[in-house]
Amino acid sequence: MHSQTAEKVRKALVYIILALLTFLCLFFFYILIINSTRNNFEIQKGFSFLPGGSFGQNLTNVLNDANIPVLSGIWNSLIVSTLSAILATYFSALTAYGLYAYRFRFRKAAFVFILLIMTMPTQVSALGFVNLITSVKLDDSLIPLFLPSIAAPAVFYFMYSYMESNLPMELVEAARMDGSGEFRTFNSIVLPLMKPAIAVQAIFTFVTAWNNYFMPALLISSNDKKTLPILIASLRSADFLKFDMGKVYMLITIAIVPIIIVYILLSRFIVAGVTLGGVKE
Amino acid sequence: MKEAVPKKSKAAVDYSKWGYIFIAPFFIAFLIFQLIPLVSTFYYSFFEYYRSGLKVVGPNFVGLQNFVELFNSDLLKYLGNTLILWIAGFLPQIVISLLLAAWFTDIRLKLKGQRFFKTVIYMPNLIMASAFSMLFFALFSDNGPVNSFLISSGITTEPIRFLSTVWGSRGLIALMNFLMWFGNTTILLMAAIMGINPSLFEAAELDGCTPRQVFFEVTLPLIRPILVYVFITSMIGGLQMFDVPQILTNGEGSPDRMSTTLIMFLNNHLFSKNYGMAGAVSVVLFIICAILCIVVYFSLNSDHGKKKGGR
Repeated sequence: MHSQTAEKVRKALVYIILALLTFLCLFFFYILIINSTRNNFEIQKGFSFLPGGSFGQNLTNVLNDANIPVLSGIWNSLIVSTLSAILATYFSALTAYGLYAYRFRFRKAAFVFILLIMTMPTQVSALGFVNLITSVKLDDSLIPLFLPSIAAPAVFYFMYSYMESNLPMELVEAARMDGSGEFRTFNSIVLPLMKPAIAVQAIFTFVTAWNNYFMPALLISSNDKKTLPILIASLRSADFLKFDMGKVYMLITIAIVPIIIVYILLSRFIVAGVTLGGVKE
Repeated sequence: MKEAVPKKSKAAVDYSKWGYIFIAPFFIAFLIFQLIPLVSTFYYSFFEYYRSGLKVVGPNFVGLQNFVELFNSDLLKYLGNTLILWIAGFLPQIVISLLLAAWFTDIRLKLKGQRFFKTVIYMPNLIMASAFSMLFFALFSDNGPVNSFLISSGITTEPIRFLSTVWGSRGLIALMNFLMWFGNTTILLMAAIMGINPSLFEAAELDGCTPRQVFFEVTLPLIRPILVYVFITSMIGGLQMFDVPQILTNGEGSPDRMSTTLIMFLNNHLFSKNYGMAGAVSVVLFIICAILCIVVYFSLNSDHGKKKGGR
């Protein structure tokens, strides 16, 4: 049996650890936001907890810098990440359902194959991928950045695990008896049940695509096709000390804001979706 | 009820073509974007094929010469760096995430402000790795805000040159990886724990289990599939570690290439268009991953076997 005081001590300890982690998570971004409102001179002079008055000036400086096409960068990143998330979650759920709900000859082989390739980083085939994309003249295009998301083994595995514990076959069989076609059953019965899993995986895929720097940096060459990570990286390779630090902090801030908006929109969906979660026994 | 459900064998005959149709897009995309490129990557690894200036040398078949050259370079050092950096970030991540997930889902704790904490801890994961790394570079540079804070508060008199020491830059990389991924892992584990039938927790509570017992006897065994998933994705992430060290050290892995990862090494060859050597690095990376894949496959497989037996 648990005594009242022990429970209180435990609770206090939990809150202290949570407070520490919260500080660790927010502190760096707090300095980032503060520094994006201060001009280069103020930043070089030292550290401050209070914002300065150069937010507008820094923003104008970044937007007017022809070497850093920020607006098209945001747009390109949004296109690639959104399409990646949609393709990866939809086709992973479809593949998982195909292997979960049907018994066919190569089912076991297909499942084993996907599990085997799951831990294989896509970078091992980067050389061949770049050459293939170049030979079909799709380098310097956004298409090769999102289309391969159709085959996302890790997302598939999550969907499959989720189906095992949350999708009773009785439901599918009931839909069949009501005369629902296989595709319709998947789209209107299975997909809604998969919402929590899809939401979690959509966030992960979106963020992964948004973060992706390796492949875009190898493929994209023209300025108007560049995604945000390439623009950020170009700051680092420029002679850093000569750079306007207000501009650097402002560009980093710009790279963060759109995704935080997306996150806030999806986080409601996720929290509700996870707690509602599928069919109970 | 029972007679209404079609027999298993009958259903297999009726619906099997849908299985093929549903998994086809995945396999077609995999074939085009991963398998064919992988085969051509292997092919290039046996050729001398590079660009020097505007001149293209090769492709000339050289057998295993690229691999001999590769192992005479610093390949093993970079492999070690990659593993050290991954472990230093993953250990604190999994411990903290398990604790947080258990606390957040503990009905008895009734934590307030859960939504806020969850939102906050996941936030670093949203930050583009390259932007986060650029931020850390600016903050921890010799005359950056962190050093100016340390000096003005009297903790040090000289600026700490974080990026010039091995454990300074490795520590920053591990810290960034931890911050970026522990919230993500926590949410994933929470989703798994919340997927557990609440009546199991209620039963455990009625039986007088302590929170510790509930965690080890009920929660942990039931979220094992998701734990395996977390471990796998983290390992993939670790081997693919690139953006953070690349941007933090401007691709040099400074100091003295002690934070150069395998993918940074590959990237250097790809960028200088030395296709023969890039192919050889890829093959080595593939072999390492293939070994890991088999280990992972067997651990997953035993898991599935148990689950089926349980039913």
